Amino acid sequence: MSQKYLTADKSRRSLLGSLSDTNLLMSITIIVFFAMYLFAVFALGSGFQKAQTFFNILNANAALIILSCGMTLVMITGGIDISVGGMAALVSMCSAVYLDMHSGSVIGAMLISLGIGLAFGLVQGYLIAYLDIQPFIVTLAGMFFARGMTTIVNTKPFNVQNEAFVKLKETRIIIPGLGSYNKRGEYIDAYIEIGVIVALIVVAALFVFLKWTKTGRNFYAVGGNKQSALMLGINVKRTTFLAYLMCGILGGIGGFVYFMHVGSGSATHAAGAEMNAIASSIIGGTMLTGGVGNIIGTLFGVLSLALIQNIVSSIGLDQAWWTGITNASMLCIFLIVQSVIIARRKKANLSSSRPAEVKGAKK
Amino acid sequence: MNSASKSNTSSSIISAMFRNQIFIPLAALLILAVFNLIMDPSFFKVTLGHNSNGDPILSGNIISIIDCGSELAILAIGMTLVTAASRGQDISVGAAIAIGGSVVLRVLCGTNSRPDEIQAPIIVAFLVCCLVTMACGAFNGILVSIFKIQPMVATLILFTAGRSIAAWINNNELPEVRDATFSYFGGLIPGIPIPTPFFIAIACFILIFLVLKFTTLGLYVQSVGINEQTSRLNGLNPAFIKFITYVILGLCVAVASLIKVSRLGSINYSVIAKDIEMDAILAVALGGNALGGGKFNISASILGAYVIQFLTTTLYKFQVQSDALPAYKAVVVIALVVLSAPIVREKIASLFKKFRPQGAELKS
Repeated sequence: MSQKYLTADKSRRSLLGSLSDTNLLMSITIIVFFAMYLFAVFALGSGFQKAQTFFNILNANAALIILSCGMTLVMITGGIDISVGGMAALVSMCSAVYLDMHSGSVIGAMLISLGIGLAFGLVQGYLIAYLDIQPFIVTLAGMFFARGMTTIVNTKPFNVQNEAFVKLKETRIIIPGLGSYNKRGEYIDAYIEIGVIVALIVVAALFVFLKWTKTGRNFYAVGGNKQSALMLGINVKRTTFLAYLMCGILGGIGGFVYFMHVGSGSATHAAGAEMNAIASSIIGGTMLTGGVGNIIGTLFGVLSLALIQNIVSSIGLDQAWWTGITNASMLCIFLIVQSVIIARRKKANLSSSRPAEVKGAKK
Repeated sequence: MNSASKSNTSSSIISAMFRNQIFIPLAALLILAVFNLIMDPSFFKVTLGHNSNGDPILSGNIISIIDCGSELAILAIGMTLVTAASRGQDISVGAAIAIGGSVVLRVLCGTNSRPDEIQAPIIVAFLVCCLVTMACGAFNGILVSIFKIQPMVATLILFTAGRSIAAWINNNELPEVRDATFSYFGGLIPGIPIPTPFFIAIACFILIFLVLKFTTLGLYVQSVGINEQTSRLNGLNPAFIKFITYVILGLCVAVASLIKVSRLGSINYSVIAKDIEMDAILAVALGGNALGGGKFNISASILGAYVIQFLTTTLYKFQVQSDALPAYKAVVVIALVVLSAPIVREKIASLFKKFRPQGAELKS
């Protein structure tokens, strides 16, 4: 396998400079993001020229960034977790019920969120890593369980009135110098919510984790090839378990950040978040087959997805169904690009194993 | 020695029974039936009454199970084939049903959303619906077979977009068809007290059995599921066989969406066939089919589908809210997959082996 990567590297170097697959996919995403933003600024004008528009995208998607980071971790090890959306809904409902009906503290709600995430991570991780059950089945059941439990905890959606929480929810971090003037000429400061800070910390921490820690590198090894990872002496089961555990905990954190943004509990919260998280990871250059992925790419994946939705709605296609269709078509395009890249890599391997055809492949 | 060989034969009979796929759904059905019998014997009561038109109608929990379980059973046919061939499941069936139902209503209603008379024959609407849902299946099939994307991720695309597309087909209006003939498919044909969906389901089973008996489809699907590489070397085209299973599932979806829409005469894009993909996968798993592909048994899946409807009806009877149902079903799924996981099976088998010699010694 290692030889396969080496030969693949060689042929790629000749084709696309020194870009590896993950960097190639990530740079496509980043370029697409900036191109779309420039298009929006010049073609759609006013709204997109304000810095606050960008910060609003961040505010609205802080939770999704955290959930997508968890998804990326799991996808790097070659698995998938579709329970994150349900987890976020369950976390926000439980926190809401705890804060409002049991007049609990904000710290308690945070602990509950982490506990739910931890429980999901432990159970799903154990089932997938140690009992070797297909991740999709386990997490599909996890998603339905979470959604069902949300209804069992409380049926009706409601807004949280708890004072301490409302104060926390409305805390805004003002960014100096990027404010704008409204129609009456008043100056309005640009702001971000606490959730964004949490999300950025998570992104930075995971970036360091995946790039420079031994466990982080193990994730890539396990995703790339389980068999050879095992031969290298990596504890594959524990690494897989750890990935799902971390994804679960991030699901808990993401759920609470989501809760801080919406400030209510409802069974329909975070509907389709798992889908958006998977799409963001894929758009950001994480391969479904495992072993390839990047947290920074995921961040830009989330931002691109959010930006394209903003653009679509500001063009005037603001009916609800356009969101679903745009997301799905974006995912579809990136999936096909990935699949083409994988096929190309296989072809490169084949041709480099037959020296006579190498010249033909270089064309 | 004698007692040991005796216990061997008895255990081999038991293990043969366990190995027979149909045993799992039958056992589940039996457990549910006994549970209901103990909790409330009136669960099984079937009464003959008359509806508002004066037609005879059978009512009772059993009738509602064979009525409501029919769409699921039809889907289970396609889902079993897809699972066996592509080693993954199609999670877009619910969304595809929404699309199919939307198409049926669109064709029947024409430009007006609430016509007094239907604008096209029902058969035309159904054929258009078949084409559209088979195209959906083909889309999934191409992603899976040609682009080699994992089935569940590939079908995630349609899973997200499906309900949006369904709403878009009808401009987000809620068309309504008030035609007596149209309601036959999801309700009752005058004079026959058993709901029509059950008969449609039976027709589908007969069709698939004939197809499996007289064509090599079943054999090819199994061989592709067991080992794709080997079947390619044996002259099969795995990509095409995977593709064809998705198209067949598309056809099943068309039939199911006709029944679903006919029941209401209308459609609710976000609610129609909600969570049915979970039930369909559960039916396949409950039928003892390996979710990792390979050998399959369609009749076990069909029985599994009715068992799930049995479970749903039982849960409803205990006043479980419909939104909370998935939580209970998820527990059942997890229990099933844990029990069928090879590692757990080995552990249980080794446990049995540990205990058996001791038991034999005690007997002698």
